[in-house]
Amino acid sequence: MTASDSGAAPVVPALLEVRDLKVHFPIREGLIFERHVGDIRAVDGISFSMARGETLGLVGESGCGKSTTGRAIIRLYDPTAGNVVFDGVDTTSLDRSGLKAMRRRMQMIFQDPYASLDPRMTAGGIVAEPLDIHGVGAKRDRQDRVRELLATVGLNPDYAERYPHEFSGGQRQRIGVARALALEPDLIIADEPISALDVSIQAQIINLLERLQGRLGLAYLFIAHDLSVVRHISDRIAVMYLGRIVEVAGSKELNTAPLHPYTVALLSAIPIPDPVVESRRRRIILKGDVPSPANPPTGCRFHTRCWLRERLGDPEVCSAEDPGLRELSPGHTVACHFAEQVDGSAEQVQAVGARPAAGAAPAAPASRPEPPTHPQVPASA
Amino acid sequence: MAAPAIPAGRSARPAEARASRGLWSDAFRRLLRNGPALVGLFLIALFVLTAALAPVIAPYPPLAGSLADRLQPPTAEHWMGTDMQGRDEFSRVIFGAQVSLVAGVVSVVMGVTIGGLIGALAGGIGGKVDAVLMRVVDVMLSIPGILLAIGIVAWLDRGLPQIMFAVAMVNVPIFARILRGSLLSLREADYVTASRSVGASRGRLLARHMLPNSLTPLIVAATLALATAIIDVAGLGFLGLGPPDPRTPEWGTMLTDSTKFLRQAPWLIIFPGVAIVITAIGFNLLGDGLRESLDPRMKR
Repeated sequence: MTASDSGAAPVVPALLEVRDLKVHFPIREGLIFERHVGDIRAVDGISFSMARGETLGLVGESGCGKSTTGRAIIRLYDPTAGNVVFDGVDTTSLDRSGLKAMRRRMQMIFQDPYASLDPRMTAGGIVAEPLDIHGVGAKRDRQDRVRELLATVGLNPDYAERYPHEFSGGQRQRIGVARALALEPDLIIADEPISALDVSIQAQIINLLERLQGRLGLAYLFIAHDLSVVRHISDRIAVMYLGRIVEVAGSKELNTAPLHPYTVALLSAIPIPDPVVESRRRRIILKGDVPSPANPPTGCRFHTRCWLRERLGDPEVCSAEDPGLRELSPGHTVACHFAEQVDGSAEQVQAVGARPAAGAAPAAPASRPEPPTHPQVPASA
Repeated sequence: MAAPAIPAGRSARPAEARASRGLWSDAFRRLLRNGPALVGLFLIALFVLTAALAPVIAPYPPLAGSLADRLQPPTAEHWMGTDMQGRDEFSRVIFGAQVSLVAGVVSVVMGVTIGGLIGALAGGIGGKVDAVLMRVVDVMLSIPGILLAIGIVAWLDRGLPQIMFAVAMVNVPIFARILRGSLLSLREADYVTASRSVGASRGRLLARHMLPNSLTPLIVAATLALATAIIDVAGLGFLGLGPPDPRTPEWGTMLTDSTKFLRQAPWLIIFPGVAIVITAIGFNLLGDGLRESLDPRMKR
């Protein structure tokens, strides 16, 4: 990972800049005369930028619009509004051939390695397809290139003649990575690339992606629902909720000092491999379900489920005013009216799983009562 | 796949030594392990060989008979007896296989071609084209198959080509639906999206990814349709819409002709009937076997 971990905004011109991107899917009714009765606001006005060689993690629950964002960037969906500027070129204004040229430099890795490879094509054919489509190199050279790509992702080049069903899940995902690498892109949009894999294989693919990044200078937009995975690979992390970005920060900062109540709740769900800390933690269980993106709540979209709002006595501003992203410290932006109240709160401390302050007194100064069920195990050593 | 570069130690591993197998050869292997499918294959082979070698196997010419020998029960000389004109029933059943085979295969091929084209246009282009084509298909489906076939034969006059066309038209909407359905489901498949994101054109998506992957259900349906096509042809014959020359040995026509002699000569009903049933069962068994061996979800 080349970009700094501080989360500072990149100084060099951004590789990718997303400005106020909206992707709405119309809801229609009626059989013959289709009436437009509403929109699913999958992505509703998000902005962020990415530097060359950077990894930006995009996390959120399923249905929050993170995959739609990725697909709109590569123009699998046409944005409803907003701009996607890739290396200085606004992709939303490109024509067919311009789009094709642009797609050479952006590639995608998919979630399900069992669904993302055509079962009727050989591994070699799959990896060679981007080369065919873009007419890169002579036929003969392409075969060599395919073998080289397979070797790059750690597969035996002689497997080029095999069909996807002859590979394991991890191997299939490697084929997917090789396909994404074929055109030597600048940006890879990895849409939950490991969540369909066995845990033991997940680490292999993550390591492969990191190794390739170091070698090829790739930028990753790493989409995932699991913060614990994203924080390992990302330089910066953007947290999405219901079509909006609620917090962006450097990976380390987001994990040690989250400032949005939603991020705190997400972090509190990650178990911490320390029985002492873990036994004292309280998970923040969010009430209810994610509201419908067809009819999002007014004001702050998170206010219907926010633990902080409840604590503060339901301030009216939460449901009345839409909080914009505010930069609270360099490179750390949050969309919450009361983000300052999160900092230093018991919830934040517990969520990030900090060990009790020096001395580690067994009677923690937690403001909340201990969960009654856990019998205290004396911490040895 | 001979790769001399592989070090000896690695090629010794079975996974490395095993040659790659394609999906088709895999499916074929599974088919050969499927008992009922093999029975079906055997019955079909019997049927095809009978049709092809009819002039060699048949002990008598199918059209010649002497009225003196009419309505004889099965004997050593006439294995299936003789019909009301003294023709050898066994020879007629054998020659009947020719008509059934040709009519069945031609009508199914015609049906798959027309239906496949409609389905590919509807599922591949979508939108208005899809809506219009599918409404036409719906209308065709709303008419019972045999009624549609009778209508077409009545409209185009009797004759084997007309019969084949009629039976094909019965199958057209079914094939169109099947292909459109699988194309639609593939449109959102990850591997199609993957190649779209790389910049593949619509034609390429259709030709390289969507059509090859939607052929499986079509092949299965076509095999099963052969059974119904043969029954439909016989059915048209039974209803008096068979080949214009009434002497032609056609199983359905033979059934009709013998109904008048049901009490005196039941064998005239039994043998052509059994021939129809055996052929239909053969194609049904093979079709089911194909479905099991081609569809990964049915993998055991």
